[in-house]
Amino acid sequence: MRSPAPIASPPLGFNPGPRLLQSAPRRSFLKFTGLGLAGVALASAGCHIQKETPSGRLDIGEHDLAVLNYAYALEQLEGAFYEKVVAGFYGGASALEKDLLTDIRNDEIAHREWFSDVLVLKKVPRLQFDFSSINFADRKSVLTTARTFEDLGVSAYNGAGQLLALSPFLNHAGKIVSVEARHAATIRNLLNFGSFADSDVIDANGLDGARTPAQVMALADKYFVTKISVADLPTH
Amino acid sequence: MNLSTIFTEIERVDPEIYDRVDERRGVIKNFLRGTTRLAAAAVPVALGGLFNKAYGQKVSGDVLGVLNFALTLEHLESRFYQTALGTAGLTPAKDKINVIRDHEMAHVKFLQQAIASAGGTAVAEGKYDFTAKGLYPNVFKDYKQFLGVAQAFEDTGVGAYKGQASELKSSNDILTAALQIHSVEARHAAHIRFIRMVNGYAKVKPWIIGDDNTKGTPLEPIYKRESDHRQVLINLEGIGGYDVGNAATASFDEPLHKDEVLAIVKPFMA
Repeated sequence: MRSPAPIASPPLGFNPGPRLLQSAPRRSFLKFTGLGLAGVALASAGCHIQKETPSGRLDIGEHDLAVLNYAYALEQLEGAFYEKVVAGFYGGASALEKDLLTDIRNDEIAHREWFSDVLVLKKVPRLQFDFSSINFADRKSVLTTARTFEDLGVSAYNGAGQLLALSPFLNHAGKIVSVEARHAATIRNLLNFGSFADSDVIDANGLDGARTPAQVMALADKYFVTKISVADLPTH
Repeated sequence: MNLSTIFTEIERVDPEIYDRVDERRGVIKNFLRGTTRLAAAAVPVALGGLFNKAYGQKVSGDVLGVLNFALTLEHLESRFYQTALGTAGLTPAKDKINVIRDHEMAHVKFLQQAIASAGGTAVAEGKYDFTAKGLYPNVFKDYKQFLGVAQAFEDTGVGAYKGQASELKSSNDILTAALQIHSVEARHAAHIRFIRMVNGYAKVKPWIIGDDNTKGTPLEPIYKRESDHRQVLINLEGIGGYDVGNAATASFDEPLHKDEVLAIVKPFMA
């Protein structure tokens, strides 16, 4: 399996510009994605987002492509975390734990690389993360962080669904979020069997969390070395 | 065709799409933020009030139809778990099946209130045959068989909510609530699968790998799309140069259409 080396920015600074992003039409999405599928041939034309806000954060833009880039950034966070977990398991990890954590790592890599392909035309670069607050040799530190990331990921997708204007994007976000929820329940059960959907995450109506991008980034920001700005994402 | 030509084409087709969406959504923007300050129990009532504001009339029949479809499934699950918990000696306390029951009962109440508040008529609870006409004769006697049926219901619920998401795009608040139920159903599915896995009752994991070896069984219709390792034509096998193994199918859950869901649950309707 390939090691997670950071990928260099592509040479061309092609920028489709705000007008395209405001007008990318619903019925052209598949054509748009089809272009992403031809990404191998067009790789040299791919664009990484490099515009920074005055505070030095990466500005991931507006509208659906920004929401997807936000999801891509979160999948990068999860992927990098589990890659580190699996590269050197904490002491005393059971065979079951190793197996499940490896499966989860593979899911997160699949999500990350899928977004990378879909967003070939305009995406955030491969990001660096600060995991210095996590003790990867300690079971509790690893699993409680995993629980935080999974519950946060579920609430992020739940909150982002209504921000997506285009149905194909919404449908695929839906396909991913239930897998994140399966991860969350599994990690919770590893930590404390039976806590898969405790009342700290599920409310009295039986509803899971839903967070806005700003709420999510407030919690996730400390892990990002390259800071992301979600200020221009849709808010409704 | 070069890239700039393609972009021009895309722009040309429907330049106002986002404006139109924003106009429609503007009516109910900030609602999500507003609900976080309300007591959880007040949310269904708030939903109904919102519809009248947003549309100046009752919520569309399409959205009500989706809510009643969801309620039909929640009634089924709710009665299933209530019956199981009411059967002495079936469910070990440590497995916390009661947590799932409580959620399904809460979903029933939530949907009933949301439908009523929006001016609709909530569908009544049905009569059920949880043996599925004798297919699962020991569903409330044999814990392993019970868990098998529970997994089928939960995975079907996940696919059912997922399949309705785009039907709810006209109502941000309803869409969000449906997503919030959807992920709870996925947590339930993972838990039931976890119990079966660690006890060796079935060769499953908390996530769906391929069709979970259900081909040719009565469960095949639930998992018939799960073997696909492509998502929007992107092959997940070896994606980005990584061997992701079973994640090529497990990393994405698949939707079920309404008619497929109704066919899956039909044998359980008395």
